[in-house]
Amino acid sequence: MKELLEDESGKKILLLGNEAIVRGALEAGIGHGSTYPGTPSSEIGNTFEKIAKEYGMYFEYSANEKVAMETAAAAAASGVRSMAWMKHVGVNVASDALMTLMYSGVRAGMVIVAAGDPSMHSSQNEQDTRFYSQLGNIPMLEPTTPQEAKEMVKYGFELSEELELPVLIRTTTRVNHARGVVTFDDLQEADGDGHFEKDPARFVAVPQNSVRNHPKLLERMERAEKITEKSEYTYSIGVENPELHVISSGAGFNYIREAKEEFDLPISILKLGMTNPLPIDTVKDFIEDAERLLVVEELEPFLEEKVKALAKEVNPSLDVYGKKSGHFSRLYEYNPDRIKDALSDLMEFERKEEPLETEEHDLPIRPPSLCPGCPHRATYYAVKKALGDREGVFSSDIGCYTLGVQDPLNTADYLLCMGSSVGAAGGFSKNTDQQVFAFLGDSTFFHSGLPALVSGVYNQHDFVYVIMDNRTTAMTGHQPHPGTGKTGMGDPAPMLSIEDLARGAGVEFVETIDPYDIEKTIEVFERAIEHDGISVVIPKHPCALIEQREVRWEPYQIDQEECKQCHICTDRFGCIALVREGDEVMINETLCVGCGQCAQVCPFDAIKQEGK
Amino acid sequence: MKRVNLEIVGVGGQGILTSSQVIGGAALKKGLDVYMSEVHGMAQRGGVVVTTVKIGEEVYSPLIGKGEADVVLGFEPVETYRAIEQASKKTWVVTNTTPIVPFTVSVGDEKYPSIEHEIIPSLQKATDKLVTLDAEALAKEAGAAITQNIVMIGALTATDVLPLNESEIKRSIEDNVPKKFVDMNIKAFDKGYQRTKDIMDQL
Ligand SMILES: Cc1ncc(C[n+]2csc(CCOP(=O)(O)OP(=O)(O)O)c2C)c(N)n1
Ligand code: SF4
Repeated sequence: MKELLEDESGKKILLLGNEAIVRGALEAGIGHGSTYPGTPSSEIGNTFEKIAKEYGMYFEYSANEKVAMETAAAAAASGVRSMAWMKHVGVNVASDALMTLMYSGVRAGMVIVAAGDPSMHSSQNEQDTRFYSQLGNIPMLEPTTPQEAKEMVKYGFELSEELELPVLIRTTTRVNHARGVVTFDDLQEADGDGHFEKDPARFVAVPQNSVRNHPKLLERMERAEKITEKSEYTYSIGVENPELHVISSGAGFNYIREAKEEFDLPISILKLGMTNPLPIDTVKDFIEDAERLLVVEELEPFLEEKVKALAKEVNPSLDVYGKKSGHFSRLYEYNPDRIKDALSDLMEFERKEEPLETEEHDLPIRPPSLCPGCPHRATYYAVKKALGDREGVFSSDIGCYTLGVQDPLNTADYLLCMGSSVGAAGGFSKNTDQQVFAFLGDSTFFHSGLPALVSGVYNQHDFVYVIMDNRTTAMTGHQPHPGTGKTGMGDPAPMLSIEDLARGAGVEFVETIDPYDIEKTIEVFERAIEHDGISVVIPKHPCALIEQREVRWEPYQIDQEECKQCHICTDRFGCIALVREGDEVMINETLCVGCGQCAQVCPFDAIKQEGK
Repeated sequence: MKRVNLEIVGVGGQGILTSSQVIGGAALKKGLDVYMSEVHGMAQRGGVVVTTVKIGEEVYSPLIGKGEADVVLGFEPVETYRAIEQASKKTWVVTNTTPIVPFTVSVGDEKYPSIEHEIIPSLQKATDKLVTLDAEALAKEAGAAITQNIVMIGALTATDVLPLNESEIKRSIEDNVPKKFVDMNIKAFDKGYQRTKDIMDQL
């Protein structure tokens, strides 16, 4: 991705939305970037990881989104252009800082990218993050394409400086993970040499200051109301005297625009680029003489309700179609079919698609699964062996290890959000007499598992706290974290010890074990279960995808003469390289990485490595 | 120029992202507009991967509606069938026949259909524009099973649906795979291309 550093204005290049966001920041001379990874925002950090040093800026993976927001805010207060980015639910974590940051504002430009995930391709919910812009009075831009994402990020820094407020750029998966043609503008040199000029009345949010700063925020947003009316990212396309008026923002705009071109529809679309504050006069002008209006926006009726209120003022007889009318749903992302379905109820046009006539087949579902060789699988197997017939309550968390929810492991019973495993385990342990486990990854431990551990020790909760240390943030693409000894810029860093942190928090039972040694791992869990109070177990083994970059083991095979077809390997352990055909079990040689875990699980020693 | 829509489907880890970038990169080089949607995140752990590539003079959205694909390029036969509603009578359906059995089947919850007796006959009934090939076997002939994705690109190119010719795609392969694997991948491309041309000659 070194191409992103080329100062070649006018060059056209195929970029992922997230790479385009990085380029926009480079064209604005970003000096500070901070994040905690999360789909669909992760490739922004992955890209900065590769180029930050050469470009001359500072970049970090913070322990969580709140810290990322706070470091970026301080950079901007010190006069350095900064960006913080995160997935939509990351904004929840950062929101405490963000809501008050709006009162004090910024000096240099600060851009916040919040990447939503309608349809929950890789997320626990599909909340419509746009509402934060209203809650916090945050100026907001909604890009529709990678090109626009680049431009809006760059413009976001200017807007932020003009208003002295952070600017929120709200994207969704089909912008972040769309790849399109992007045209470069000039690169700017990285901002740096910050200096913080003290101004406690502005930057210290005690009540007497906040009382004065809140009205300042409202004044700034009043200025934003003028700016939004002139935004170059808000424009209308279409015919005069249209049969249907359309208002749209974000990814939804792409589909309605495409339908318009494809079917030559007699419609007029007002595309909104800056959606907080809403350009009220622009919208009023657009709907004043309209008869019918369709609002196209994914998720909640964020624009629709405001537009309806405006219609009451300027055009009470306007028919507004959207979520309330049933033309669109508040669920999941849109696509060309959903747009055409809505349109075909409102106007005549000939749909061209003629899907094939096909026979029905019951196709097996294909959920994502733990990789062959994944150390998490061994940990889960060992926990269940240690429990024996006793029932365990498995309070889970977010990461690759959540895939233990599937058959045959079934080691996830309760999950809300990152870090929730620990608090919830405490709640289960205080309110039931079941044996409780909290399962979380190393990155999740540093993100939010640590304060919950402190709370649990203090309140004398009683559960087994399992920190599955695979030495990386695997689910989101293997980013470093405070336990890995490496920073986001690739420099060496202090390697924080989870053991020391747990002991420091007052935990008496702290044991680290390599889960690839299944027998020993079972033994550790047996003792952890017996222990009163919180017992911390740290199964520690690198993520198989990382380890396999360096080592190559021979695949295993099943000796069909020794195999008694007990199916313990498939029905209890369940590595995806173990394939069952009828009663016979075989190992898929291409999938098997030779980790040997299943060989330990087999009671009849039927699983062997070639030549051994 | 008419817009060309490709729907590329398969399983996380099959190298689908590289394939779509090979095509997209070639189109950009030719001065065409390209818009694609990719899958990053959870599904890359062995889940269903659906990627689209749209090429034209101007492309407005990255997704494809039902029946709108010009080619459904399936890296795995069950996934091809799952995506079949994106195809119409005009669509080329090009599928790898090498199955990847999901773990849900081995665990005993589900059944994997017979490719030979169920999936392929159903595809044949649904459309005449069908190309089936054992991309794994062809990839192994070329040097390694991991070049399956490039075998599939060869097959796609052979349908002549792309506004891109053989040498334009090959140049893009050179841009997108590590240097030391270029020869092997070009061989893989040729295998997929030739096999598909042979099949099409018999249609
Ligand atoms: C608040 C929040 N931030 C980020 C994410 C995205 N996310 C999902 S899992 C994960 C990290 C998992 O890392 P780790 O705990 O080490 O587990 P692993 O995947 O390595 O097993 C992240 C960052 C999220 N779901 N919620
Ligand atoms: S990426 Fe690593 S941690 Fe995640 S499932 Fe695969 S082996 Fe396990």
